[in-house]
Amino acid sequence: MAARASGALPRGPLRLALPRGALFAETLDVLDRIGIDTAELRGDSRSLVFEAGDLVLVTMRPSDVPTYVEAGAADLGITGKDVLIEQSDREVYELLDLRFGSCRMVVAGRAGDGRALAEARRLGAVRVATKYPRIASRHFEGTGRSAEVIEVKGSVELAPLAGLADVIVDLVDTGRTLRENGLEVLEEITQCTARLIANRVSHKLRAKDIDPLVERLREATR
Amino acid sequence: MTHPIPPGARDILPEEMRELRALQRRLAEVFESYGYGEVATPTVEYDAVLSLGDLRGAPVAHRFFDESGELVALRADMTVPIARLVADRYGDQEPPFRLFYNARAFRAVRPQRGQAREFFQAGIELVGVPGAEGTAEVVEVLASALDAAGLGRAVIGMGHAALYRELLREVGVPDDAAARVLDRLAAHDLVGLEEEVDALDLEDGDRRMLTVIPSLRGGPEILERARELGEPVRRATERLGATYEAVARRGVADRVQLDLGLLRDLGYYTGTIVEVYDPALGHILGGGGRYDELMGRFGRPLPAVGFALYLERLHIAQAEEERLAREGEAP
Repeated sequence: MAARASGALPRGPLRLALPRGALFAETLDVLDRIGIDTAELRGDSRSLVFEAGDLVLVTMRPSDVPTYVEAGAADLGITGKDVLIEQSDREVYELLDLRFGSCRMVVAGRAGDGRALAEARRLGAVRVATKYPRIASRHFEGTGRSAEVIEVKGSVELAPLAGLADVIVDLVDTGRTLRENGLEVLEEITQCTARLIANRVSHKLRAKDIDPLVERLREATR
Repeated sequence: MTHPIPPGARDILPEEMRELRALQRRLAEVFESYGYGEVATPTVEYDAVLSLGDLRGAPVAHRFFDESGELVALRADMTVPIARLVADRYGDQEPPFRLFYNARAFRAVRPQRGQAREFFQAGIELVGVPGAEGTAEVVEVLASALDAAGLGRAVIGMGHAALYRELLREVGVPDDAAARVLDRLAAHDLVGLEEEVDALDLEDGDRRMLTVIPSLRGGPEILERARELGEPVRRATERLGATYEAVARRGVADRVQLDLGLLRDLGYYTGTIVEVYDPALGHILGGGGRYDELMGRFGRPLPAVGFALYLERLHIAQAEEERLAREGEAP
């Protein structure tokens, strides 16, 4: 048997999937701190793929990151814990808490309407509008309440104001959007931060490239 | 107008079928050259029989009633039907039994994930050869099968199903907390695992050991590194080390990557476990391991070990390797 396997592991650049949107700026800051030049990504380029030293950086919606990483279209990815909980059946490695982009996943409803949840419960099922249908279902099931989960794509805050739902389940950072729309936090579900994830095969076959990168990121975010 | 077929199912047209059959033949030749004989079992079995296997890792997806009202089901893998076959058909014969299969199995699929509800598996079961020697034989056959499939770069990840559980017990982690840590390991959630371990009432050294072990993967040097983590690790990795040496004596150690964080989702594994990776594909090509307690559930307690390869994934990896070779990206 020829000695091939260990000597012939893939050597090309690692592909790292990055989340555009709320986590993007801090993601680039962290990469800068470990010596990866992200200047090109900070411009208003419409490109989606960038070469940066030993890495190829691909940019996408945060909720697409686990899809690309699970399929091996990216070796590694950065996305929010909220996305990972919502897509908890994705078979990817969660390697590192990057400790930025800290947010809370909450149940919110109209301010001063503290009885909204109790009232809705009396009427049968709580109507919940959310972009996170699985997190919402699990939370209400786990607390013994039946919920009618309504998935919306745009501004969730509108739902209780327009009477589509009693409450919302959403990610809040400062809570400003809630306040400006007359909503308040009723329950906290969990805390979310940015995470580094890896494809299952890449994590095994590219250990020698991935482990040092994880260590650099760990030091840069502590 | 078209006529739909169920999600996750598909038709195979002549061009692909010809290549799949060629791949099956090459694998069958390898298995036969090691003295394994092909078996076929019913596609439909009694649900109660299949339920003696493992309902968590490879859940039976399709159950229905036959004309006499018996609950029957489509098999989710071939290991459980072959365990039944060995116990019942070879009840009066002396082990070992060397069997292989090229067969279809059925599982529930999650939507939009490119997963198949019905798929081909090719694999072997070695029943009656215990410990490192039996495992090493199966790893050697697996390495030859990968070569025959044209996957010279494929790697066999090798770990131990009970390793991490034993370490948790050795350092005195209570069962309920251990279950939470194992749950995180099974979900490949190393962040959650570290949080659970940090919350345990342990000495710093043990805590460090439990967070480092799941990421230890590589050549035989990782056994050295593991042993430096303390006496419990030294004891827990002894059997894996012995299996690795037996594999090395058969000349296939260069195909194997030791992996102390490996955990397969099939509950019937009791000892060494393997998983197969190829750099051309982001999905696992197959896996297997020792299941020394499964035969006992069928009334014939015998040690056993085997593997299964997903034929369609093997085929995709093969095509991808050929493309890379043409483009000069791979050796």
